[in-house]
Amino acid sequence: MTESIFMDNAATTRTDPEVIAAMQPYGNEKFGSPATLYALGSEAKSAIDGARQNLADLIGADPREIFFTSGATESNNWAIKGVADALESRGKHIITNEAEHHSILMPCRYLEKKGWEVTYLQVDGDGLVDPEAVIKAMRDDTVLVTMVHGNHEIGTIQPIAEIGAAARARKVPFHVNSAQAVGHIPVDVDELSCDLLTVSGHKFHGPKGVGALYVRRGVRITPLLLGGGQERKRRAGTHNVPGIVGLGKAAELARNRLDKEPARLAELRDYIIDSIENNMEDIRLNGHRTKRLPNNVNFSFDGIEGESIMLSLSYPTSRDKKPIYVSTGSACVSGTLEPSHILLALGVPVELAHGSVRVSLSRENTREDADSFLSALYEVVERLRSMSPVYKRGSKKCASGSGSDGCDCEAAT
Amino acid sequence: MYTEKVMDHFQNPRNMGEVEDADGVGEVGNPQCGDVMRITIKVDDEERIEDVKFKTLGCGAAIATSSMVTEMAKGKTLDEAEEISKKSVADALGGLPPQKMHCSNLASDGLKKAIEDYRSRS
Repeated sequence: MTESIFMDNAATTRTDPEVIAAMQPYGNEKFGSPATLYALGSEAKSAIDGARQNLADLIGADPREIFFTSGATESNNWAIKGVADALESRGKHIITNEAEHHSILMPCRYLEKKGWEVTYLQVDGDGLVDPEAVIKAMRDDTVLVTMVHGNHEIGTIQPIAEIGAAARARKVPFHVNSAQAVGHIPVDVDELSCDLLTVSGHKFHGPKGVGALYVRRGVRITPLLLGGGQERKRRAGTHNVPGIVGLGKAAELARNRLDKEPARLAELRDYIIDSIENNMEDIRLNGHRTKRLPNNVNFSFDGIEGESIMLSLSYPTSRDKKPIYVSTGSACVSGTLEPSHILLALGVPVELAHGSVRVSLSRENTREDADSFLSALYEVVERLRSMSPVYKRGSKKCASGSGSDGCDCEAAT
Repeated sequence: MYTEKVMDHFQNPRNMGEVEDADGVGEVGNPQCGDVMRITIKVDDEERIEDVKFKTLGCGAAIATSSMVTEMAKGKTLDEAEEISKKSVADALGGLPPQKMHCSNLASDGLKKAIEDYRSRS
């Protein structure tokens, strides 16, 4: 295996070897379904109970408020569609923001087609939602407020506790997509005043294909999946026992590290941000400087395009360099002609949104990794800029926070 | 996602830069779309492309197709060079992902524009 430096941990993380070891017996040896009454089944059931307790402990919940799902996308879909359906008779208005993940925006758009009204609050230049705007947007027929905790792309952490308090004052259920925050920073559902909270296993060294939705007792939600009576009749389907056990183990491991790891990562993050700001020209930090996930760095580089930066980093030209894996908000990887809607929502000019690179760290990354990344980045950006027909040093494009007119790419070709 | 040939041209681009005292210049694309290509050519007395260089802002496919076009065009007569199509560039690279055929495969257009520019000058 080629040694590499993985810095795309907001996409997914390496499953911890301890997690894999914990899951292992539940494939071949203890393969029973937790719904069955014989010993093999009850073994699986108690393993799930243990995982539920671990996850509840990580987010300050009661185990009975944890519902296992297939991951964050399901949890987000369920929270939005399930609460909207359960409270339809009360009203058909939902509040979210324009810089959310697609697994929030798409269910919202789906409901709009079905007659719901959705308010997409604007974010400021750092990606923050103003809690006052949430207060102003709430109406008598508002049945859900849904806000991301830490943004997956720019890392901005929303004022969740303030928004939660505001929603609670109006008795409006409040959902938080915490897929990027749980396991990375302390999360407490009571401190955040949230009623529903999304968890993803593979974002904090758990397995893929498993997650959870926290649902506070008394919150009404219609099941997304109907069938057997699993998860207290709220989420049907035979339990993904190995996955759930792995998620529980990952929750336990993350909790043990929460006292020191966020600070270590924040220091590494700041080292990378400061180094880029001190050593490079015509760059723009995307997202809030301090209200930011400890593992997220996102920069735009003027005059070049993100996919070519990402590709260059992942295929080093000399053998003594390790491939480095990062991601980009360029249109080239989105499958559309438009770059990241999140960067555009911040007012990042379209051409700079194409030239964005996201670095997302994990507990595996070291200072040495950061230095390897930085020296590779300086070289790659210099090389690509030397090839660029439009890059002009010191064009000051990055300083302006103003938006662009948008992309008429069909006409341009 | 990319063929080895694409990666080779991306990492070791041929004919990168600008021809001095170019006889024709072609620029296509738009920074807002994430792709801009500038092709410069030097044409000899027999209307052959004596030298051709590119500068490109864009993704891996944009850079690789630019490099490939310059390689294909060099030494060709203007009429021959005008025949170079998006498809022939992509084929020479062992294929491109479908979504890249449209947005990042502009190099042959850039070359055509450079030839047009040359012809409009003479």
